[in-house]
Amino acid sequence: MPRPMGKPGAKGSEKSKNFFGSIKRLIENLKPWKILLVFSIVLALCSAILALISPDKLSSLTDTITDGIMPKTEKLSTVMESTISNLQENLKTKILEVMASNDVSEEDKQNFMMISKQMGNLEKREEFLAVFAQIPDSVFRLLLEDVTIENNLISIEDQISLFRLMKDMNEDNALQKIDQFPVSIYNIIKPTIDMEKAKSITIFIGILYVTSALFNYIESFAMTTISNRFAKDLRSRISVKINKLPLKYFDTHETGDVLSRVTNDVDTIAQNLNNSLSTLVTSLTLFIGSIIMMFATNAIMAITAIVASLIGFSFMSVILMKSQKYFMKRQEELGNINGYIEEIYSGHNVVKTYNGDKEAIERFGKLNYNLYEANRKSQFLSGLMMPIMNFVGNFGYVAVCIVGALLVSNNVITFGVIVAFIIYVRLFTNPLTQIAQAMTALQSTAAAGERVFEFLDEEEMPDESHFTKHLENDKVKGEIEFKNVRFGYTKEKTIIHDFSVKVNPGEKIAIVGPTGAGKTTMVNLLMKFYEIDGGDILIDGTSIHELTRENIHKLFCMVLQDTWLFDGTIKENIKFNKENLSDDEVWEACKNVGVDHFIKTLPGGLGAVISDNDSVSSGQKQLFTIARGNLEDAPFLILDEATSNVDTRTEELVQKAMDRLTEGKTSFIIAHRLSTIKNADLILVMKDGNIIEQGTHQELMNQKGFYEKLYNSQFEM
Amino acid sequence: MGKLFKNFTKKDFFFIGICILLIIFQVGLELKIPNYMSAITRLVQTEGSSIGEITLQGVYMLLCALGSLISAVIVGYFASNLASNFSKTLRDKIFSKVLGFSTKEMKELETSSLITRTTNDITQVEMLISMGLQMIVKAPIMAVWAILKILNKGLEWSILTAVCVLVLLTTIGFLMVIVLPRFAKVQKLIDKVNGVTRENLTGIRVVRAFNAEKFQEGRFEKTNESLTNMQLFNQRCFSIMQPVMMLIMNGLTLGIYFIGAHLIEGAMMSEKITLFSNMVVFSSYGMQVISSFLMLAMIFMMWPRANISAKRINEVLTKEESIVDGTFEGNTKEIGTVEFKNVSFKYPDADEYLLRDISFKVNKGETIAFIGSTGSGKSTLINLVPRFYDATEGEILVDGVNVKEYKQEILHNKIGYVPQRAVMFTGSVTDNIRYGDNGREEVTQEQIKESIRVAQGTDFVEKMENTYDAHIARGGTNISGGQKQRLAIARAIARNPEIYIFDDSFSALDYKTDATLRKELKNYTKDATSMIVAQRIGTILNADTIVVLDNGHCVGIGTHKELLKNCEVYKEIALSQLSEEEINNA
Repeated sequence: MPRPMGKPGAKGSEKSKNFFGSIKRLIENLKPWKILLVFSIVLALCSAILALISPDKLSSLTDTITDGIMPKTEKLSTVMESTISNLQENLKTKILEVMASNDVSEEDKQNFMMISKQMGNLEKREEFLAVFAQIPDSVFRLLLEDVTIENNLISIEDQISLFRLMKDMNEDNALQKIDQFPVSIYNIIKPTIDMEKAKSITIFIGILYVTSALFNYIESFAMTTISNRFAKDLRSRISVKINKLPLKYFDTHETGDVLSRVTNDVDTIAQNLNNSLSTLVTSLTLFIGSIIMMFATNAIMAITAIVASLIGFSFMSVILMKSQKYFMKRQEELGNINGYIEEIYSGHNVVKTYNGDKEAIERFGKLNYNLYEANRKSQFLSGLMMPIMNFVGNFGYVAVCIVGALLVSNNVITFGVIVAFIIYVRLFTNPLTQIAQAMTALQSTAAAGERVFEFLDEEEMPDESHFTKHLENDKVKGEIEFKNVRFGYTKEKTIIHDFSVKVNPGEKIAIVGPTGAGKTTMVNLLMKFYEIDGGDILIDGTSIHELTRENIHKLFCMVLQDTWLFDGTIKENIKFNKENLSDDEVWEACKNVGVDHFIKTLPGGLGAVISDNDSVSSGQKQLFTIARGNLEDAPFLILDEATSNVDTRTEELVQKAMDRLTEGKTSFIIAHRLSTIKNADLILVMKDGNIIEQGTHQELMNQKGFYEKLYNSQFEM
Repeated sequence: MGKLFKNFTKKDFFFIGICILLIIFQVGLELKIPNYMSAITRLVQTEGSSIGEITLQGVYMLLCALGSLISAVIVGYFASNLASNFSKTLRDKIFSKVLGFSTKEMKELETSSLITRTTNDITQVEMLISMGLQMIVKAPIMAVWAILKILNKGLEWSILTAVCVLVLLTTIGFLMVIVLPRFAKVQKLIDKVNGVTRENLTGIRVVRAFNAEKFQEGRFEKTNESLTNMQLFNQRCFSIMQPVMMLIMNGLTLGIYFIGAHLIEGAMMSEKITLFSNMVVFSSYGMQVISSFLMLAMIFMMWPRANISAKRINEVLTKEESIVDGTFEGNTKEIGTVEFKNVSFKYPDADEYLLRDISFKVNKGETIAFIGSTGSGKSTLINLVPRFYDATEGEILVDGVNVKEYKQEILHNKIGYVPQRAVMFTGSVTDNIRYGDNGREEVTQEQIKESIRVAQGTDFVEKMENTYDAHIARGGTNISGGQKQRLAIARAIARNPEIYIFDDSFSALDYKTDATLRKELKNYTKDATSMIVAQRIGTILNADTIVVLDNGHCVGIGTHKELLKNCEVYKEIALSQLSEEEINNA
């Protein structure tokens, strides 16, 4: 898709060039962990499905509980029915009995007579009740009979108290009245929760939850394993790749660039893979699943829930998009201000002495204000997300409840369905945000993956495994011939045009020239770090085209000016890759270069760690690298002399050690010392990448060319 | 952290107060919501309740939710403004403070550390304020309020909630104890992976020359493996968090319902409905309690980092400046003179003196050079003139006035300083030459061209795209070391100072350029005084005075010829660089 070009060099654009290609490639590279990956995806799926089942179960638990709340009014009616029918029967037959009874007082008899007169013109049941309730206890005892309902014997006394309670029962006090019912009746109309059922559902849901959590844990455990192993593998591959790339790559790319691929990019991939892959699977399952479940439960409720959530979500995506813009802006401003701070702090002395502080504070103030503006907006907008999410949740709740209540009152659904939907709404809205987040994460993963793979795809040095020629160190005489060598760092610009020279065994060649004249070019060609474009370099008559780089490197001992030591002990640094050398041999090399006394003064001696040892000066570091070179028993030597920065006494040691190193070897020396230059068998004078003059010191002085000027300039003031 | 909050203004505190009130309001509204929920539940439960009633309750609930949303938006607005403004103020303060530092303070706090203090550390604190302010206030209010609401609604439920909170806190506490310290280790291991890779890249020629590729890969593999293992351990531990949280939240609801079933079954008829709606309410309040504890736990996780950052920021802000500005701005009797009178120097907390009893005087138009091995004190000596440090004993006079008496700006206007490592600023070549303020009128384009010519930079500058307006990248990465040095020298020239200070500023130039440059410079600045630190004998041969330093002591003052005769150290240095014959010829 054609996009308008961004500002050149705009930072923080994490968009990948080919999103799908990069993701596809990432997935392809995950092949070694295929089984584990499928396993964890399946687990994520299961966990999501379990989460989907539980609302339904929770809704039946709720229904079970609701069943036990309201009294069984129909049972009460049955009791009343049978009591009243008994009463009515007996009224007809037992009036005389009542009147004759000794148990009934005269007063009660009169009352009863009054009541029975009213009974004739009664129609409504409530009125019946009101009238009946006035019947005195003694009369009731004669008129009522024991009733048995569902194996519960209701005594006459119980029936009497029921009548008394029912007398002034209304909607508001009904439940309190029921609580005062005699036990026999209370037991009949009391609602019961099916505790067995409740228990079994609870256990079932409990198992669901625990299993889901367990799946979830195992899944993320597996994903963590995959992503970290994958990251490790990528890092290893980058590390191996570094050693397979031609030097040209490193001369044209910044160290920081490669480094950020090893750490930042790989980290981004690992972290996002860990989070977003399983999130995507879970969220998609939950999203689709909850839609299905909702529709399966009730279509009207489903539509309500979805519409309510979507309204909220569209709101949110607007804000998300807006805040994204400000976040990018914030990142950019942060980069600007960081750069400025770094510049001013590291140039602190200059800023002060040139009275640049006022200007600096002014400019910083501007940058700071820009950052403040971007910060404020991005923070505000991103802070809106949570409250809006909450509101959307509540909105969904109310919508579901109202529509649900409507449906409950029409007996379309049970209350439990509402409870289930309350959870479905949550299951439905959460994945939406998570999917959005996972997608942005995947975007940056794709960008990071692209950068890593770009590096891994870089063209490697030509394969040399089929080369058959091999020069043994002890059989080489030490002769080197440059034959019409032509070379340029780029195709367009040849810097060495037609260079020929023959060097005999044991000779000393000095390479001189001003800084930046390209003296390292000679090292690059000799060591086959770069391939020559034309002509040939012959080592003992064998073309370097026919020799492997490894073989050539073995023939050369190289000591460079920038003392390269790694984080480790002195011994490790001197041994380097010759790990099977004995301590005695290492010590011998140290003695040879005269650094043994110094090592003895260090705590731990040869075992002293170099990195955190400030007492090692740069000159001493140089001695260590010479000692390292000393252990390399090679017929050729490449030596880069130190210019300065070494104190006088150490410099003497270094010079002696270097001189000893050249003994018996054909040596190429990037020379800074006049003594070296003057004693050289051949001097190559380089300028702007070219070899412009060659010869001995005397010859070159006689030429009165560039060399002569260079040499004499040292004494001018 | 507390100290930093002093940076809040009265206005800020007013807004914080408003925020707190709004948050209380918000919590109140949010906690009302479950009430309406239960009302709705009850209505749905009770037969015969009208839809109108339910809708009414729903509308009330939504109004509460909306009120809480609006309040949250306002709080969010204030909080983000407060936090951004706070960090802006803090950044300004640190930056100005650092600019006022002398080299001593820069060394003590380290430039790279100061950079992170001005950037990352402030961002940390800012995050705590913008997120934390809301959470710190909200979580306890929410927790207490919600607990109060449910406390008398059922002992069994309360116990269950308490157990859940306890499990949650134990899990988080466990993770914090186990994993947090390991996070620091992960950072170290990442640095190590970076380090090994950097080594391989910077030493790529050496590695290849020694056929040590496999060796390096082995070293890398080792750190790679330990990093991966550490990461795996941490992340596996953290994997527990999400499932446990879900389990607690779900389990709480389930538990409340199950206990509810028992309670309802055992209750009197008249209490059943109340119990049921209590149950529904409780399950949502319980969730609120859990989530407020979760918020508190998050603050506890953020706090240590932010607190360390705050401490680091405070360290900068409370750092005492060792250089006190003087007041002298008037005219001086002498011009172009520098005099050291029995100057000794040591770092305040060091035992050993770096310079001992140095005395000399240089007059207008003269060149004085300093030579000696590394660590002999040459740079330190020269740094005392622009007051990067103050002398421990003795005094330094510029134009006859003690440097401590000058207003620094006035002192700096007299000096053209070129450091060891050339400093370039992002901008054009012209911007870089014109840099700063010399107390006079702006440097003209002509002067800039002339300065560059004297500094031997015309050739390469005119070859650059846009020549004098060519862009210099951050840190001057698009030009070479020698080119940077020449521009840095041109910058000093354009300043037209009385006194030049060259701190080993010719090291990246080849002999020829070095010589031509100095010759031109001499012609151009006949009246100016030069102080030169050098490594190469050739650079200083013809200086009017050469000061030889050894271990902080002055072991010889004189011309080249004199010193050769009577200074052993000088002779040794000279012989290490030139042959006898060459020295005598010179």
